[in-house]
Formats: sequence, structure tokens, C-alpha cells
Amino acid sequence: MSQPNVKRKTPLMPDTAACQRVAEEMMSYAIAAGADGAEVLLREGAELEVKVRLGETELVKEAGSRGLGLRVIKNSRVANTHSSDFDPAAMKILAAETVKLAELAEPDEFAALPERSEMARNFPDLGLWDDKVALFDVQMALDWAQAAESAARGFDKRITNSDGATFGRVMGASAFVSSAGFSGSSRGTYASGVVRPICDDAEGKKRNGYWWTGNRLAHLIENAESIGIEAARRTVAKLGPRKLATQDCPVIFPPETAKQLVGKLAGLASGGAIWRKSSYFAEREGTQVAAPSITLIDDPLIPGASGSRAFDGEGVATRPNAIVEAGILKTFLCDTYSARKLGRTSTGSAGRGIGGGAYVTTSNLILRPGTMSPEQIAELDGAFFVTELMGFGFNAVTGDFSQGAGGFWIEKGEKVFPVSEVTISVNFDDLWKRIDAVGCDLDTRTSVHSPTLRVSSMTIAGT
Amino acid sequence: MDESAGRHPLDAIDERQCERLIAAALESGGDYTDLFFEYRNGGDYSLEDGKVKSVGRGVVLGLGVRVLRGDATGYAYTESLHEEAMLQAARTAGQIARSGASPGPMALSGIELPDFYPVKESVLEHSGAEKIELLRRADRAARAVDARVVRVEVYLAEGVRDVLVVNSSGVMARDHQPMVRFMVSAVVESDGKRQSGRSGGAARRGMEQFVVPGQSPEEHGREAARLAVAMLDARDAPAGPMPVVLGPGESGILLHEAVGHGLEADFNRKKTSNYTDQIGQQVASELCTVVDDGTLPNARGSINVDDEGNPGRRNVLIENGRLSAYMQDRISSRHFKTSASGNGRRESFHHEPLPRMTNTLMMAGNDDPEDIIRSVKRGVYAKNFSGGQVNISNGDFVFSLTESYLIEDGKLTAPLKGVNLIGNGPEVLRKVAMVGSDFQLSGGTWTCGKDGQSVPVGIGTPTVKISEITVGGTQKS
Repeated sequence: MSQPNVKRKTPLMPDTAACQRVAEEMMSYAIAAGADGAEVLLREGAELEVKVRLGETELVKEAGSRGLGLRVIKNSRVANTHSSDFDPAAMKILAAETVKLAELAEPDEFAALPERSEMARNFPDLGLWDDKVALFDVQMALDWAQAAESAARGFDKRITNSDGATFGRVMGASAFVSSAGFSGSSRGTYASGVVRPICDDAEGKKRNGYWWTGNRLAHLIENAESIGIEAARRTVAKLGPRKLATQDCPVIFPPETAKQLVGKLAGLASGGAIWRKSSYFAEREGTQVAAPSITLIDDPLIPGASGSRAFDGEGVATRPNAIVEAGILKTFLCDTYSARKLGRTSTGSAGRGIGGGAYVTTSNLILRPGTMSPEQIAELDGAFFVTELMGFGFNAVTGDFSQGAGGFWIEKGEKVFPVSEVTISVNFDDLWKRIDAVGCDLDTRTSVHSPTLRVSSMTIAGT
Repeated sequence: MDESAGRHPLDAIDERQCERLIAAALESGGDYTDLFFEYRNGGDYSLEDGKVKSVGRGVVLGLGVRVLRGDATGYAYTESLHEEAMLQAARTAGQIARSGASPGPMALSGIELPDFYPVKESVLEHSGAEKIELLRRADRAARAVDARVVRVEVYLAEGVRDVLVVNSSGVMARDHQPMVRFMVSAVVESDGKRQSGRSGGAARRGMEQFVVPGQSPEEHGREAARLAVAMLDARDAPAGPMPVVLGPGESGILLHEAVGHGLEADFNRKKTSNYTDQIGQQVASELCTVVDDGTLPNARGSINVDDEGNPGRRNVLIENGRLSAYMQDRISSRHFKTSASGNGRRESFHHEPLPRMTNTLMMAGNDDPEDIIRSVKRGVYAKNFSGGQVNISNGDFVFSLTESYLIEDGKLTAPLKGVNLIGNGPEVLRKVAMVGSDFQLSGGTWTCGKDGQSVPVGIGTPTVKISEITVGGTQKS
């Protein structure tokens, strides 16, 4: 980015060692209160967010925040509590109350902490922290947002309004302690900026679009002007949309929409959904669930990636897991609970928030890119190129999939007009088996990395 | 965590302290500030496969400080109510203003509020065992519906949110906002086919919620199982434009998304809503009267006071098709030179207030609901929704149906698989052809998201016929 004006005013930096000390203290109170086993997650963070609209500052938000979550197991009964009061007296009361609360639950033979041998022992530096991002201040954030919005508004006369430009930065430290033999901490930074231009269209309708950048590391935050211009370009391209006739046709998903499909695919392989029978992937392990060109990996160990982590939400050592390899479902992702339910071991895939126990989550999902360029994939005469998906029309039990969509109609490899107000439907199992092209254009900005994907045929509902 | 062990945390906040914080917030020259103290105390219980799987409890306490200078907002928050931490938050929020004189001292005065959600028996004060029995009752009822029910999950969340809003106009308002939420989901299995169904309810009530008709654990258990079983025979939905009859109650989600968001004043102040500059104009069929009502007794979206210190109100947004008002927060109401409408809400002290809906309703019309269905030769009857999404700028929306039926020759025939409705809010409101006399408030667990903030809301409608909406199925006619 263009030399941010970083002032050397030192903000309150999250302190991993201090977090770990308090978490260990909380653990000792829980054990003293009679817990058989306990887990403590403690988080401390700071956020900065600014918004600029039509050149004027609209919002400056800056604050630090903290909280701790406690999970207690007593006689195989589980209770979860949380608090933001780190006073030792309050922590002792929390410990006693949590142990007492567990009496209300029933013994659950599957509730257990991981084995000591599963716990992470090595803490590779995954490069999740950047001092430069931590030092981004209000002025730098305002400068980025001003420059980005101004570039968008200056790009095309048809940009008549703006929903503003936002730039934000978060930094945080977290510590996790388990009575099964784990105490660790980590810290990370992330900054992102987004621009949202608006155009006036026929019949008083407005068209809005956006583009954004985001990364843990300052040097990978994209230039404000280029983000503004791309946002403007994408917005004006939506002017004058048409509906499509109801029909079956090929559908192309560029990375920004493909990653939503990839996220849903990984969700189907979640051990929690499998033992709950709320995924059509149950009993499909080892079978074909996608075209042979599809390989999907959950990789927590990519340096600098937004979803990377050395240990999971239960302290278990993380590792890459191949979920789908050449179209075959290879494994389910499990935390300790779902692993025990399914008679297997954790895949190091536990997530955890302050408010509750562990659940299965993904880290960095990577859909392995192919060799085709996006242009080659669009070499079709009559296809729908989907840049937006809307709605919640997905049933993981049956695979029924129906979503609102917008984008462009493609003829002879070119985008010939924008499309809005249609839905696309197909059973999700068929969608993945019908993938007939995988792009080389991996988008790595979020924790789901996907290239362009093409589905040979879906039903479009329009006019 | 034990409330009875000491004073309520918000009792420790006194007027002198608030005045010091307000002075600190405005010392850089801001022209308005509000302090938002919040104490949330909640718990949850989950039952899976017939067992109480976990019990949770949590307490959150904090202060959010907002400073305005013109339309610009400075915001900061703290989880510590120690004076030093609060003063620092106040000064941080004040940095939005960089110069100017601070206003003189002002007097704070408490405001009297009505009570739209009296609670007979606070859920938090009942024993865990009593609440667990509610879960078991739902579990038994769901399993009794059909031998094919293979899994049942039941979830109960209880909570109170105490807020104290103090602002530099001198207002000091305190409110106690209870909420109880109950959810059942069931999975059925038959011939290798699986389907799921859900039913839930939420309200600002105590234990008496569970004797309200339609809200007993048994009713939710049976409804979740019934839905799952009904879906076993569901057919692929049709594709393309056709008449749609919206069932009463739950269809309010369509009103909320397709119309409600576009009537929030911030989008209109910024001229980014499709309803910008249309006050007084005909924006819907004359059959449509739309109201946002924060005063409905015990409803999920009701508020005695909003999160900026303005009393909750009933606001008519569209009257007989004509646009009459937007939903306002402080910044927007100053811009429109109108009074606050009691719609300034926020998720928590971590968030700045925004214009938000409370309970958004379409008022009853004159048509017999049976006649409405009879009037459709081929179309879709929409009964239950999982959610919806709208693009505020142009009104384009998508709704996901979890329970719907094909209408053939004026009769409901086959249940349909999950499907989307897609369209444009203003266009659909112009296509409202019939409005039933059967208004229903949904008892559901609706939560509205905007700018990353979630708030509880209510919805309600009578049976409504839309002459044409695009149905996103796979069966082409």
C-alpha cells in the first residue's frame, strides 16, 4: 500500500503471556472447585473501524475488549459459562457456580477432554501478527477510506452516490488452557478495507456494488485507489440488468461466489453434522461426492493465512486434512466430541468461542486450483456468470439448493448483459458432480480459498 | 453471577458519575453524547437424543459511549465500569471532534416508561430442573408423532438485558428487557430418505410463555416432527413466475425484508434506499397498510425504550399504499427535522445505534383467507420461511421457504421441497391483490441482522395474495 502514515503512538498491545497467566489462574480455581476436567479460553483484543461517506467522516470506532469462557466436566456432566470480570474473587465465584451448574446436565459418556498425546506440543510461527497492522491508527484508516472512496467516485460519471468506504483493523491475543495437559497462546492481526459505490439505474432503481481487500499483513493490503476503481467498475457493470428466461444452462461461479459453495461443501463433512444425521454426507465416506477434478483440503498451517492456527479449540495439534480428493469423500472433520460419537479420533478441527463448548470448524479451506484461466472457462455461448448469491436456500439433509443470483449472461465467451432477480437450483450433490471446469485463479483473501468453478447445467428460474 | 448476592450492577451508576462521563465525552467539542450501560444475564439448556447435553450461563456488563458531531459518530466501549476505564472510553469516543468548547452543565432527569412486557414468573428465577422438564416434554411430544422420528434436539435460552441510557439532552432511562426462546428440531428417516423440521417461539415473557396457545413444549415438539414428516412426500417445486399466497404470520418476513429495511431512515437520508424521497407517494397496492409497532404486549420486538433513550412507539409506515413515515434514529430524525420514532437500536454496548425495526406488521384486510386460496388456479402457498435477504438499494429480495404447497385449481395439493421466492419489494407490494381478514403475529424466533448487528424482531401479516412472484424451483411448466 501507499506508505501509510503510521504514527509511533503505541496502542495497547494484546499481551499473550498475561492472557495465559489469567487463564491458568482460572483453571486452578475450577479444579479447586471440584471440576474433574476443565478448559479455559481467554481473549483480549482491540478494534479500530472508520467509515467515510461522500468524503466526510461518518464513524470512528476504537475500543478494547476481553472475555473468558469456562467449560467444566464433572462426573461426565458438562457446563459452559462466560464472563468479562477478571477479578480473582469473581473468577472463584464463576468456578464454583459452573461446577454447580454441571449438576443440572446429565452424564454424557462422549463428553471428554482430548488425550494428552493429542495435544499440540510445537508452536510454529505461522506469521499471524504484523506490528504494522497493529499500529494502523485512525488517521491512516481515514486516509485509506478517503482515497478509496474518492477513486471510486472519480472513476465513472455514473457513480452518483456512495454507501461509503470502511477501513478496519483488529488485533487480539488468546490463551487456551486445558486440564488434559495444555497451555498455549497466540496472537494475530487482520486489516480490511471495502468500498461501496452506488449508481442510478432506470425506473428509479439503484445498483450497488463493492470491492475489498483484507489481510493479516500490512504489505498485502491492497492499494486504496485500485480497490476503489475495481468497486466502481463492478458497480457500473450492473446497470440495466435483465431477467433470464426459465431454462437449464451452464453456470460459472467466480471465486467470490464459488467460495460460498466450497464453504457449504465443507460444512457437509463436519463430524457434528454427520453424527446428528443432518448432512447428506453421512454414510458417503469413500464414495464419489464431486467431479474428479475436485480436491478440497482444510489446511491450518499456511503461514500468514487468515484461518491458520497451531492448535485447535481444545488444544489439539492441527494438521492439514484432505476432505475430498479427486472427487472422493476422504474424511469427516472432527472435534473430540464428534470423533467419540463416530468412533474415531479428533482431526484437530475444534473451534471455540467464549460463549460455549467446542464445535467442528474449518481453518483455511483450499479448493485445489486447476489449469484453466477464467477466460477459457467462460468460452461458452449461453451461460450464466454468477457474481452474487442471495438467501438461505440450502438443505444439508437433502442437498436441495436454491439461491437468488445476479451476474452476467455470457455469449461467445463475452459478458453481454447484467442479470438480476433470478434463482438457480440444483441438488447440491449434482452440482458438485457436474463441475466441468476448475480455474487457476485462487482467491486467498479469506479463510476459504477457491478458484472459478463451472457447473455444466443448473435450472434458472426467471421469466 | 448470583444477582441476589449483591446490588444490581447498574444500581452503582449514579447521576454525578454520568455527568462527569458526559463532560469528558464532550470536552473535545462534540455536540451530543449518549452513554449506554448494559447488563445481560442469560442461560441456556440443550437436550439432544433425550439427554440434557449441556447447561450454560453467562454475564456481560459494559458501557458504550457515543459522541456525535454533525452526522459523524465517534464510538468506544469498555467492559470495565471503573471510573478511569469509563472516562477513557468517553474521551476516545470524543476524538471525533477536535476543537470547540464543551457545553455547560446540564441536569439529568429520569423518564417514565410504560411496561409493554410485564413478566409474571421470571425464567431465571425458576430452578434448572423445571426448565429441563420443558425440554423433555418437547422431546417426548416430537417422538410420539411418528416412529420415523430418529433425532430430536431441544434448546431453551433465557435472558434479561438491563439497559441504562443517559444522554446529553438530559434523558436518563432504564429498562429491563426479558426474553425467552425455545426451539425444537426433529429429523425423520424413511426408506433411506431424511428430512428435518423445526419449530420455535420467542417472546418477552417469563415461564408463562409456555402456556400461551401455540407455545407449549408439546406444540413445538409436534410441529417440528409434523413438518419433517410432511417433507418426506415433498415434490420438486415449480420454476418461474406465478401467483403466490402468503400464509398468515410467518410471511411477515417478506414484509420485513422487502419493505421494512428500505424504510429505515438512514438509507433514505443517504438516498441509498429505493424509497428515497417518496414520502406521500403511492408505493404499494391500496390494500397495504404497514406498521412498525414497538408497543405490542410481550412481543419479541417490543421495546419500552430504544437504545438512544426514546420511548418505543407504534409508527404507521405505509397507509393504504401511501408512504407516510420512515423509521428514525437520532441522526436521521435531525436530518429529516422530525421526532425520534423509537427505532434507534443496537445489538449491545459494543455497537452504535442504527434505525432498526421492532415488530413490523401488515394490517388485516377484508378477504376471506379461503377465498384467497380458491382464487388461484396454479401457484404456491407459502407457509413457513427460514429467512430472507434484501438489497436495500433496489429492493431485490430472496426468501427461503421451508414449508410450502402447490395450489392447483384453488386447493392446496402437494407439499413442496425447500424453494426460494425472488423478486423486488416495491414491485411485489404493488402486486398485492387480496389481503385476508386473518392477521396473525408470528410467535417465532426472528432475529434481524444489519451492519453486523443482530436484534430481536417481531413480524406479522394476514393471508396475502401476490399476483406474481418468481418461484425458484426446478420444474419448468
